Amino acid sequence: MPTATYADTPVPVNDEGFFTDPGLWTEEMAPQIAREAGIAELTDQHWQVIKHMRHEYAEKGTGPTVRALGRTSGVTIKQLYQLFPKGPAKLAAKIAGIPKPRGCI
Amino acid sequence: MSDKIEKVSIIVSKGSLEAIYPGLIMANGARAEGIEANLFFTFFGLDAVHKARHEHIKLATVGNPGLHLATWAGGFPGISSVMTQYMAHKMEKLDIPSIPEFIEMIADTGAGLYACKASVDLFGLEKDDLIEQVQGIITVGEFYDQAAGGQIIFT
Repeated sequence: MPTATYADTPVPVNDEGFFTDPGLWTEEMAPQIAREAGIAELTDQHWQVIKHMRHEYAEKGTGPTVRALGRTSGVTIKQLYQLFPKGPAKLAAKIAGIPKPRGCI
Repeated sequence: MSDKIEKVSIIVSKGSLEAIYPGLIMANGARAEGIEANLFFTFFGLDAVHKARHEHIKLATVGNPGLHLATWAGGFPGISSVMTQYMAHKMEKLDIPSIPEFIEMIADTGAGLYACKASVDLFGLEKDDLIEQVQGIITVGEFYDQAAGGQIIFT
């Protein structure tokens, strides 16, 4: 299994770069993961989504899809795609250190 | 060259519920993966973006063996509506959006929505008959320009 180093801490990730152990994630790691995913700077709105991803994962054991994010995060679908152009649910999950959300819609 | 799909153009050519949803799900799913996506509505698929019709898309109950319903029963008045309502109920439980809501959402993801000029002319439609998310009425040649560099999916 590959290992990535964020905030000077080695963490196991899967082939796509998603954390396999969300418990190892810290907020200090997020900016670096974001940069590697093509997001230069995390704004307050990015953080709102990232924290929401963590919260949903803690509650339900899985991250929300884009549709669910649009309904529950307080950020619209349009804004979500502006914040995370390469896929909001996927990128926010990666930056939040949780597994990739699975869902077709 | 990357072997990842970077762009898709999806053609929706039929106007029944079971023919429209797959194209929408594929377009939405593409955007969720960060893939550029365009939707092109042609022939009866235009109903999906027709203001007066997109709320009334029905399941085909005749000529649809997958439904496991006798053809004569499928043709009974009202059966298509009943089956459509039943399907809508099941979809709602799974949090699958209705067609109008889904299309609005797909437009919000940044996907392009286009109507086929030949079909619009054939049905005597105007731009105003179509929902505002449709970015243009384009020719097949313009569609191929839009689709350049990506995969084309016909549904």
